[in-house]
Amino acid sequence: MGRRGIESLVGVFVLLGFVAIFYLALKAANLASFNTGETYTLTARFDNIGGLKVRAPVRSAGVTIGRVASITLDTRTYQGLVTLEIQKSIEFPVDTSAKILTAGLLGDQYIGLEPGGDDKMLAPGDTIKMTQSAVVLENLIGQFLYNRAAEGPAEKK
Amino acid sequence: MSPLDLLQALGARALKVFRALGHHAFFFAELIAHLPQALRRFYLVVVQIHAIGNYSLVIIAASGLAVGFVLGLQGYYTLSRYGAAESLGLLVALSLVRELGPVVTALLFAGRAGTSLTAEIGLMKAGEQLAAMEMMAIDPKSRVLAPRFIGGIIAMPLLAAMFSAVGIFGGYVVGVLLIGIDAGQFWSQMQDGVDVFDDVGNGIVKSFVFGVACTFVALYQGYETQATPEGVAQATTRTVVISSLAVLLLDFVLTAVMFSTPR
Repeated sequence: MGRRGIESLVGVFVLLGFVAIFYLALKAANLASFNTGETYTLTARFDNIGGLKVRAPVRSAGVTIGRVASITLDTRTYQGLVTLEIQKSIEFPVDTSAKILTAGLLGDQYIGLEPGGDDKMLAPGDTIKMTQSAVVLENLIGQFLYNRAAEGPAEKK
Repeated sequence: MSPLDLLQALGARALKVFRALGHHAFFFAELIAHLPQALRRFYLVVVQIHAIGNYSLVIIAASGLAVGFVLGLQGYYTLSRYGAAESLGLLVALSLVRELGPVVTALLFAGRAGTSLTAEIGLMKAGEQLAAMEMMAIDPKSRVLAPRFIGGIIAMPLLAAMFSAVGIFGGYVVGVLLIGIDAGQFWSQMQDGVDVFDDVGNGIVKSFVFGVACTFVALYQGYETQATPEGVAQATTRTVVISSLAVLLLDFVLTAVMFSTPR
């Protein structure tokens, strides 16, 4: 085999390798929908963020419209301060509420935004006033037991 | 045997290990220093990529497909117990891209390409071809070893990527076409959970490191072999054993560094 033959075969090999890498990046990891578009930030304070993680999706009506950029503790109010990156083209009214929700029974947690009815829109850097914390199972059970106890012994049995 | 003899034996052992390590390190540094000369005559590298890469294509593709099939079957068996069979795509893709792709490819690479490198160079040494080259004032390190080193380093990540891609296709064949998982769920769960840089990127970094390790071990064993038939046979065996152990050890270290840090 001449020099030309070997070089073309190596070309085929290298091409196959790059096709495989692109296949992994596009088909398996979905680089195409990797959103590098313009975003703006909103903040929200939650009493309890539960198991929310950085890069968790932000959804409105179930449609993913952004990501959680950072989670810190607000040392003044002792609330979880969550920064959201929202796609620039999507605006929300100022009375929008944010909830921490769970996908499925055991799924990952995400932030759901429910738009209000106000005419004024949230500007970049604004804070979402109305928030609902994550549901913590222990608190729920505690509440349940407390209610049972409050019902009194007369109701028992 | 007196305690002093034992102490001496221990010391001798330790010194032997250190000497071998130092020898490897110097050999590695020398090899790196010779790389630019090999890059200047790139056709030598191309020939080696052909020998190392193209001839490994079939075994890599066949193994990738088989591993993908098995991952699909076994993953479905476990996941369906938790009612999470749709996550099969994610399981197959993450296992392949992060671990199995680079590691299994490196093990096959050591067996398929490493041994042939060791045997080739070992026989060159036994036939005194390397000595003849030096007589002609050609440095065998830059003419023989460096092109093979670069060829191995280039071929290995490409082979690992092909392995993972073919494996994911194998998982798709078993999961979607054979078992009947919804194709949309299969791909969307995969795309949701696999990150381009954290998973695919780190997998490529891993396979690159394995490529350096496997090729280096093969070249070292070939170059330092005893110039006898038995010597070459032993060197070839050692190439497989040392490369495989090095790959598994490096994999543990790399995984610990890459994936265990909390984000």
